[in-house]
Amino acid sequence: MASQIAFGLIAACMLCAGALAVTSKNLVHSVLWLAVSLVATAALYVTLAAPFLAAMQIMLYTGGVITLMLFGVMLTDHRHDVGVLNDSSRRMPGILAAGAVFGVLASAMWRSGMPTSPVIFDSSTAKLGALIFSDHLVAFEALSVLLLAAMLGAIVLARRHDA
Amino acid sequence: MPTQAYLLLSAALFCLGIFGALTRRNAIGVLVAIELMANAVNINLVAFSRVWGSLTGQVFTLFSLALTVSEVVIGLAIVILLYRAHQSVLTDSASEMKG
Repeated sequence: MASQIAFGLIAACMLCAGALAVTSKNLVHSVLWLAVSLVATAALYVTLAAPFLAAMQIMLYTGGVITLMLFGVMLTDHRHDVGVLNDSSRRMPGILAAGAVFGVLASAMWRSGMPTSPVIFDSSTAKLGALIFSDHLVAFEALSVLLLAAMLGAIVLARRHDA
Repeated sequence: MPTQAYLLLSAALFCLGIFGALTRRNAIGVLVAIELMANAVNINLVAFSRVWGSLTGQVFTLFSLALTVSEVVIGLAIVILLYRAHQSVLTDSASEMKG
């Protein structure tokens, strides 16, 4: 019962914040609503036996991505874009496309036979770390190269060439 | 909670992201919508990991978090370049490649 209430609250929070994030007229508000939605996701991870992921979600997303996006909003002038932030001529096609995708996904889920009772399993951070550094070691190293490439790429792209 | 509840929640979040990516005219608004979609995918992975009692889904989610962060870094660098070139971050202003 308690888990149902928690899921309902988190889901309501997440969906409302997500809807406001894509419709808000003010871009700063939109980014902050995205942050609310991402924190609600971290709470959902806690209920799904993934505490380490919840911590990473808050550190990387709300700590890193949201700060970066706010910098992005403030470095680019968006004052005269506020009135035209959403293209109203695209609203109907947008709703139709999103609704169609949702219909397809929901019907597929409805027909698929999913096990409903989750198994009890050891999801400690120690086990997660052991799994990353044994089975997924190559992917982990490749990811570190990707992060380095992204960092260098961002510096090279955003550098002023006349300076 | 049944697995379908998590999957439906993530599908709804993903569709909000699609709506945002299609209707936003500001490039940073499009990035926000893309973040919502990536987040919805991660919820699916964690829910599957819980249902089948395997940690691999959580490892996938960690990798996907790192991928999304690098995507945002490059995306924002491109937005700043767009702003320098056009003094605006409207997606409509980047139309030089239009035939």
